[in-house]
Amino acid sequence: MKLITVAGPPSSGKTSVILKTIAALGLPPGSVGVVKFDSLTSFDHQRYDEQKIPNQTAFAGKICPDHHFVSNVEGAVEWGMKKGLSVLVTESAGLCNRCSPYVNGILSVCVIDNLSGINTPRKIGPMLKYADIVVVTKGDVVSQAEREVFAFNIREVNASATVLFVNGITGQGAFMLARHWQDTLDIRTLRDRKLRFTMPAAICSYCTGETLIGEMYQMGMVKRMEFDDESP
Amino acid sequence: MKAPDYVAEVSSVPIGDILRRYPLAVDYLANIRLVGVDETKTLPEILENVDEDMLEEFGLDREEVIFHFSAFLEAFSRMEESIETISSITILGWRDKAGRPEMLELTVTPGEVVSIVGPTGSGKSRLLEDIECLAQRDTPTARQILINGSVPDLDKRFSTGGKLVAQLSQNMNFVMDLTVQEFLEMHAKSRMIPDSAAVVEKCFAVANSLAGEKFTLDTKVTQLSGGQSRSLMIADTALLSSSPIILIDELENAGIDRREAIEILVGNEKIVLMSTHDPLLALRADKRIVIRNGGVTKVIETTAEEEQTLHKIEAIDSALLVIRNQLRRGEIVTEESIPEFQER
Repeated sequence: MKLITVAGPPSSGKTSVILKTIAALGLPPGSVGVVKFDSLTSFDHQRYDEQKIPNQTAFAGKICPDHHFVSNVEGAVEWGMKKGLSVLVTESAGLCNRCSPYVNGILSVCVIDNLSGINTPRKIGPMLKYADIVVVTKGDVVSQAEREVFAFNIREVNASATVLFVNGITGQGAFMLARHWQDTLDIRTLRDRKLRFTMPAAICSYCTGETLIGEMYQMGMVKRMEFDDESP
Repeated sequence: MKAPDYVAEVSSVPIGDILRRYPLAVDYLANIRLVGVDETKTLPEILENVDEDMLEEFGLDREEVIFHFSAFLEAFSRMEESIETISSITILGWRDKAGRPEMLELTVTPGEVVSIVGPTGSGKSRLLEDIECLAQRDTPTARQILINGSVPDLDKRFSTGGKLVAQLSQNMNFVMDLTVQEFLEMHAKSRMIPDSAAVVEKCFAVANSLAGEKFTLDTKVTQLSGGQSRSLMIADTALLSSSPIILIDELENAGIDRREAIEILVGNEKIVLMSTHDPLLALRADKRIVIRNGGVTKVIETTAEEEQTLHKIEAIDSALLVIRNQLRRGEIVTEESIPEFQER
């Protein structure tokens, strides 16, 4: 089974890109599945159901979405194997611009949209920096120059990635993405594979349910901001 | 130069000199929050005083910054060299939706314009898409695209990242909150053009000559009218885009000088394919591809007679423009505004 990890900021068009790419793969119905990792709620399963694509949704709830991803992705692979899938796609939303749910040796795809601001590629961090393929969506509504500058800003952060433009509505460009998916490694399990980048650190009192504000209530990993202390 | 050479350079040369040699280097440093550095020091010296925890947030340690930075410089110097020269593209057909063979073996060279005509849903966009992804009998239409007469190698096909083809369509807008000048400068920077000021100025002049209503360099691109936006996009694509092939999807009624627009694109040695039903554009092309039911049924060379009719069509078009301007000025449209056309 081939495993593809797809990540990207909310509403960047991940689900649309996945749906169009699955269609472009042209594999028998039911042989490509999706596991969606989300935080609180998600409506994407309806879209996968409509296309009769086997899918599962997991909600991180109060857990850091990245930590939730890494502790469940092995289970996702087991589910895919049991279902006899030939391709499994994991879809996760990078909510704090720090997520990078990528595993060494597994094709990693980052989806960002051209409308999200010209400096977005520079702000996303590991999710973009460690991706093999960066998919840019919504390029059909901006000028050629903005597409080129956006792609340039992506290359400044990740010079080795392949940058593809995919139209999530018409599917234009999905064909090329599908070709990359076809060429990826076949696996049976993820056990003992390594993440490409450390997960966001999160062991402080607020992780465990503290709600009061004040230094005396803070424990564990706390990062203190330094303010300008000049008097006016 | 290879990556290790850059490592040696970065390790021994003061960062100020590196920044002057490689103008993009400043972006790399900004991306890892290194700003206002002491320009007399080398990067390793600077990194000595940088908090390791900060670098860790970017997934780097001191040594990795140097390698990563060198790889960055290497990648961008490589990009500078790899501007493609394309002397022709060839489109080979296969079959239409009903399985009838497609009448298509067409080679287009820089400076040529090909228009694509056919009913809505006939497959015009699909043809543009086949060209964009350099189809090799592996898309739904099974067409094949050749570059310079031969099959493009797979690596090129997958690595060009859309750089071969620039696209222009009626649905495109500017979304950056920049002035025309800032916008053009930003695009020039991304192309790593040495004398950007001259290109920016030329691009601005050309855009203004296309637009019906003039605009200034300090106008925000988002405030341009439809016609002004289109003019800027065309000038920018012709002069600043690296792509040798331009695909145009419907540009009619854009409030621009269409004849000059085509001339500017062709004059800059671009291969132009445009899907259009505007007679002024379609008949100005050297050839036109006729699509029906997913397949190309004909390739028509624009005839001498058709070129003759262009003058009349232009007369009709400018007559309409006069009426439009009368309306704009709040005048009354009279019989005299409408010229006589010869009856058949």
